[in-house]
Amino acid sequence: MRREIPLLLTAVIGGIMIASFFVPHEWASVPADYLQQCAVIVVAFGYVLGGANVFRVNLDAIFKRHRDWPYKLVLVAGLLVTLILGLFVDRARFQDPGTPSLWIYDHLYVPMNATMFALLAFFIASAAFRAFRIRSAEAALLAVAALIVMLGRVPAGDAMLRAIVDHAGVPHAIRAWRISDLQQWIMDVPQNAAKRAILIGAAMGVMATGLRVILGIERAYLGGGD
Amino acid sequence: MGACVVAVLAAAVLSGVPPALAAAPAVADSVPAPQPASGLLFSDVPNDAGRAIDLHWALSPDDSVRNGRVVGYRLERAPSPAGPWAPVDSVGAGTSTTTDGSVERNTPYFYRVSACGPGGVTPSGACAGPAIARSSWFNTTRASVLAFTVLFFLLVLYYMFLAQTGRKPFVRRLAGIDAIEEAIGRATEMGRPVLYVPGIQDIDDIQTVAGLVILESVARMTARYGTPIRVPVAYPIPFTIAQEVVRSAYLQGGVPDAYDPNSVSFVSPEQFAYVAAVTGIMLRDRPAAHVFMGSFYGESLMLAETGFETGAIQIAGTANVPQLPFFVVACDYTLIGEELFAASAYLSGDARLIGGLKGADVLKVAIVAVVIVGCVLETLGHHGLTVWMQTQ
Repeated sequence: MRREIPLLLTAVIGGIMIASFFVPHEWASVPADYLQQCAVIVVAFGYVLGGANVFRVNLDAIFKRHRDWPYKLVLVAGLLVTLILGLFVDRARFQDPGTPSLWIYDHLYVPMNATMFALLAFFIASAAFRAFRIRSAEAALLAVAALIVMLGRVPAGDAMLRAIVDHAGVPHAIRAWRISDLQQWIMDVPQNAAKRAILIGAAMGVMATGLRVILGIERAYLGGGD
Repeated sequence: MGACVVAVLAAAVLSGVPPALAAAPAVADSVPAPQPASGLLFSDVPNDAGRAIDLHWALSPDDSVRNGRVVGYRLERAPSPAGPWAPVDSVGAGTSTTTDGSVERNTPYFYRVSACGPGGVTPSGACAGPAIARSSWFNTTRASVLAFTVLFFLLVLYYMFLAQTGRKPFVRRLAGIDAIEEAIGRATEMGRPVLYVPGIQDIDDIQTVAGLVILESVARMTARYGTPIRVPVAYPIPFTIAQEVVRSAYLQGGVPDAYDPNSVSFVSPEQFAYVAAVTGIMLRDRPAAHVFMGSFYGESLMLAETGFETGAIQIAGTANVPQLPFFVVACDYTLIGEELFAASAYLSGDARLIGGLKGADVLKVAIVAVVIVGCVLETLGHHGLTVWMQTQ
């Protein structure tokens, strides 16, 4: 019964949710809305379990003096301070200006988040360097396409091509070409075609996985095995 | 004149006309009230849950840019023709339709429209009603989706049945999946852990489900090899599922004592807090294999690039198309789109799951055929198929 009841619930609820997509009548939409609200409550309980795990894992590392344990001490202290301030000091006003919770959010969380996000620029540079190394015909194609798209997305791209064309004295018909048009074609046609093919395949995968879960064929999420 | 402008604005605000409508030419003392709008018609919005009514009326004869007598229309509704009237919506001059999306289903409403201008507000002579919003039993615009869904389910079930009777379909090798065991073997030889990241989305994203399903196979391998596994999870529900999946995998692997309760940890749903934690694990614990399976966004490159710097074998899989190039660049193997969803069938070898893959492939062929037929029909000027495929 430990597995049969969850499987039955999954099948029934999955069926209701699929039906609510096609049947807008309140007999389908009201239960579907109610189930989605129930999911929010379940998630709220999940956060309690998650918070307990954060304490357990990090306190364990602190007491056993694992490597870099002082960082875990900072994490636990930060979690406790934020929790206590939110629960006992700010309560329902934790988003109001001037509250300690909002100060923590504005002056600690937001700058740290922005710092992490800013690192992305450096990661993109290093990844692009590797991506555009021409080692094969496919890599060469990728590098050329990327170069056209990058140049075509900035006004300097068209200006540079115009200068080269003027200097080289190419025929008049070719002078009308613009690199921005070429990059738009790359984005609209080959890029879009490949992207849509991946999306259609992924959508099939989504439906297949959903069907397997609803039918109880895919049951690894229950803890594996039969 | 200034006093007139203030008076018009005040009157407009008090009468419920939005400021945009009230900003009419300041000639209230010389402009007469507009003639009323007429012919108010209503209709129940089709294919919905009985929550909206469409309204349409004929513009006031004074509604033209030249004379400026009409700046907009105000819609009101009441439970009976006698009132009380409550404002529903305000629209600008020249607009003759709106939708009341705040109705209760199966409840009669009466509507009236008033033309508003600098010279005053003129209600229409008659109200329209009773308008009743009723819920539909079937959203006809989704008939095409239903047809393909039913076809898909039938195909999958048919090929699952065939596979169960012994006709197991051929599945091509997926290098990325084959590499998982190789990567875990390498981690075992090096005495380092395996890092498994099941995406950064909650359980309502089917990619997270796929990532957790693959986790079961990966955890079974780590249990078999006696290799530690680290699974940082971003949301609490996937966290509890991941805990159960890994614990069961060790139990079924015959090594329940080897299961470390701290191997699966809840981190944070905040994207970059999660990145900081996972990259910290990469740099401190130096896992020899990183497996990223699930839904990823802007953090994908940060995770994969940091992992690349540590020299670990990296295998990624996602259906989020914008993140695929990042994984392709920074990882050794990448499962693209549907391969992520096929991985669990591939890893488990379950005939029913593999049969499901065949059903999905057949439907893809059908979709390609429909796309080609649609292109031909559109070229010939027949739009029926295109219209049928459009959904709301």
